[in-house]
Amino acid sequence: MTGSPNGAMLEAVNVSKRFGGVVANSGISLFVQPGEIVGLIGPNGSGKTTLFNSIVGFHPVDAGTIRFAGREISRLRVPEIARLGLLRTFQQTRVYGRMSGLENMRISIPHKRETLATMLSRFPPEVDEKAERLLEFVGLYEKRHLAAGDLSFGQQKLLEFAMALMNEPKMLLLDEPTAGINPTLINGLIDRLRRANADLGITLLVIEHNMRVIMNLAERIYCLAHGELLAEGAPEDLRTDQRVIDAYLGAH
Amino acid sequence: MRPNARTFAGYAALAVAGLLGPLVLPAYTTQFAFLWVMVVFSLTWDVLGGQMGYNSFGNVVYFGIGMYVCAIVQVAPFTDLAEYTSAYGTQDIGLSHLQYYAGLAAGCLVAAVVAVAVAFVLGSGILGLRGHYFAICTLGLGIAAGEIAAGIDIIGAGSGMVTPLYPGEIDARNRFFYYLCFALAVVTFFTLRRLYAGRFGLAINAIRDDEDKAEAMGIHTTRYKTVAWCIAAFFLAISGGLVGNMVGFIDPTDVAFSAATFGVWMVLMAILGGKGTIWGPVLGAVIFHVTQELFWTYLLGWQRVALGLSIVLIVIFFPQGIVGWLRERFPERFGPRVEAASEQAGEPAR
Repeated sequence: MTGSPNGAMLEAVNVSKRFGGVVANSGISLFVQPGEIVGLIGPNGSGKTTLFNSIVGFHPVDAGTIRFAGREISRLRVPEIARLGLLRTFQQTRVYGRMSGLENMRISIPHKRETLATMLSRFPPEVDEKAERLLEFVGLYEKRHLAAGDLSFGQQKLLEFAMALMNEPKMLLLDEPTAGINPTLINGLIDRLRRANADLGITLLVIEHNMRVIMNLAERIYCLAHGELLAEGAPEDLRTDQRVIDAYLGAH
Repeated sequence: MRPNARTFAGYAALAVAGLLGPLVLPAYTTQFAFLWVMVVFSLTWDVLGGQMGYNSFGNVVYFGIGMYVCAIVQVAPFTDLAEYTSAYGTQDIGLSHLQYYAGLAAGCLVAAVVAVAVAFVLGSGILGLRGHYFAICTLGLGIAAGEIAAGIDIIGAGSGMVTPLYPGEIDARNRFFYYLCFALAVVTFFTLRRLYAGRFGLAINAIRDDEDKAEAMGIHTTRYKTVAWCIAAFFLAISGGLVGNMVGFIDPTDVAFSAATFGVWMVLMAILGGKGTIWGPVLGAVIFHVTQELFWTYLLGWQRVALGLSIVLIVIFFPQGIVGWLRERFPERFGPRVEAASEQAGEPAR
C-alpha cells in the first residue's frame, strides 16, 4: 500500500468514529492527490457516508486527523470547510425545493468573503450567465424556472451537481451520484464528472455502488468493510481482490 | 408585458388609495394609519416567518422597544425623565413644532438603532435554535419583555408612559401620522422587495428550504439569519415610535409588548395573505384589519369570538394563504411559471 505523499489534496489519517457502541469508522487512512478521481466502495453500512460526514465536518471525529489542501480541518464546521473549497453532495439528494432551478444555482455562488454589503447586494449578470451555462451542461436549462422540488429525483441529482460546480470547489465528495438515475443517463453523467475533473480541475472522491461506473471513472479505489479499510488499489486490482469479493458477497 | 402591467396597476391603485384615503374619508384617518402599521407588521414578520421559515412570536419586542426608546428620546432632552413619568402625563413639556418634529425624527432613528442592536444580540443567541424551539423561545421573549418594561420605574413601570403632545390640532396630527405610517409601509415594501430579489432573499429562502444544505454549500447561515431579524427589527422599531405617538399612551403589556394582540396578529396576517410572498402579507394585513374594524363595529362583545373563528377558517381553507391559494387555483395568472414561459418565448432561440 502506498504511503500518503506530500501535497495531497485530502488526507485522512487514522480516522475513527463511533456512535454509541457502533464503530462506524475505525482507523481509516486515505489520501487523494490534486486532480485525481478516487472511488470509495464497500457494502451497505460499511461506513462510507460516515467517513464523508467526518471529512466535511458534519460531526466531530473521535480520533485521527483530516487535512485538506495542507490545512487541518477536523475541528472546523461544515460551512467553514465548504468555503475552503471542499464540498459534498448528498446521497438523498438535497436541493432548495421551493426555489426554481435558476435560483438554486444563483445562491450556490461561492460565499468566501461575505460582508453586509455583499449580503444585501444583487446578483451580477455574470452569475446568471454562469448558472445558465452550467444548467445547460447538466441538461436542465429548459427546466430552469421550475421549482426544484418538482423535478424528478434524477434531475434533482443533476441540479445538485450543477450547484456544486457553481460553488467553484477545489474538491467534490459525491455520495452515490448515479443512484436513482436512469441507466441511459448514467453514461452522460460519467462523462460530465470526467469533464468537471479535466476541464475545471476539480478533484473527485466518489462513493458508488455501481461497479461498472466506478471501475470506469476512478483511477484508484478504496474499499471499506465493517468500518475498516479493506483494500486499496487500481480498479482492475480490486476487481480480482478476493477480500473485496468476499465483502460484497457477505463472507465477512 | 402582462405581469408588469398588472404589477404597475397594483402599485398605482395602492398609491392613489394611500394618498387620497384620509382626504376622502377623514373620519377614518387613524384607522387607515393603523392599516399601514399592520402592513409593516406582516411584511416584517414574513421576513423570518415566510421567507426564512423561522416562526417568530417575539417580533413585537422590537415594536415595543421602538415605542419606548422613541418616547424617551422625545422627552428626555426637555425635562427630567423620572419626574415626567411619575407625573403620569400631567406635566406638559410644551414642545414647539421644531422641537417636536426633530424629537420624533431623532426618536425613530435612535429607536431603530437600538432595536437593531437588540436583534443582533438576541439573534446571535437564539437563531441557532430551529423549528418549534425557536418559536417557543420567541414567544417567551415577547411576554418577558412586557414584564420587564413594567418593572422599570424611569419609564413609568406598570402605569406606562405618556408621549409628548403634538403641537397642533387633532386633525392635523392624525393626518401627519397617517402619512408617516403610509411612507413607512411603502419604504418597507420596496426595501424588502429589493432585498428578496438579491442575494439576501435567496439565502434566507435556501435556509427555509434546507438549512443543512445551505450550510453544506458554505452559506453564512447565522449571519444571514441575524441580519434578517435586524431588518425586521429596524422597521418594527420605527412603527413602534409612530404608534406610541399616535396612541399617546404607552402601556407596557397592552400597547408596547402586546404579544397576545399585535404579536399574534403579525403571524395571522402574513399567513392569511400568503407567507413567503411579497404581496401576501400586504393583502393579509388589509383584509385582516378591515374585518377587525368591522367586527369591532358590528359584533361588539363577540369580536374575539369572530377573530378566533376567522383564524380557524383561515387555517382550514387557506393554509397557503390567499396568494398561495390563487397561485394554486389560477397558475396561469398568478403562478411564477407564467413569467418563465413568456420570458422563454421572448428569448431568441438558442
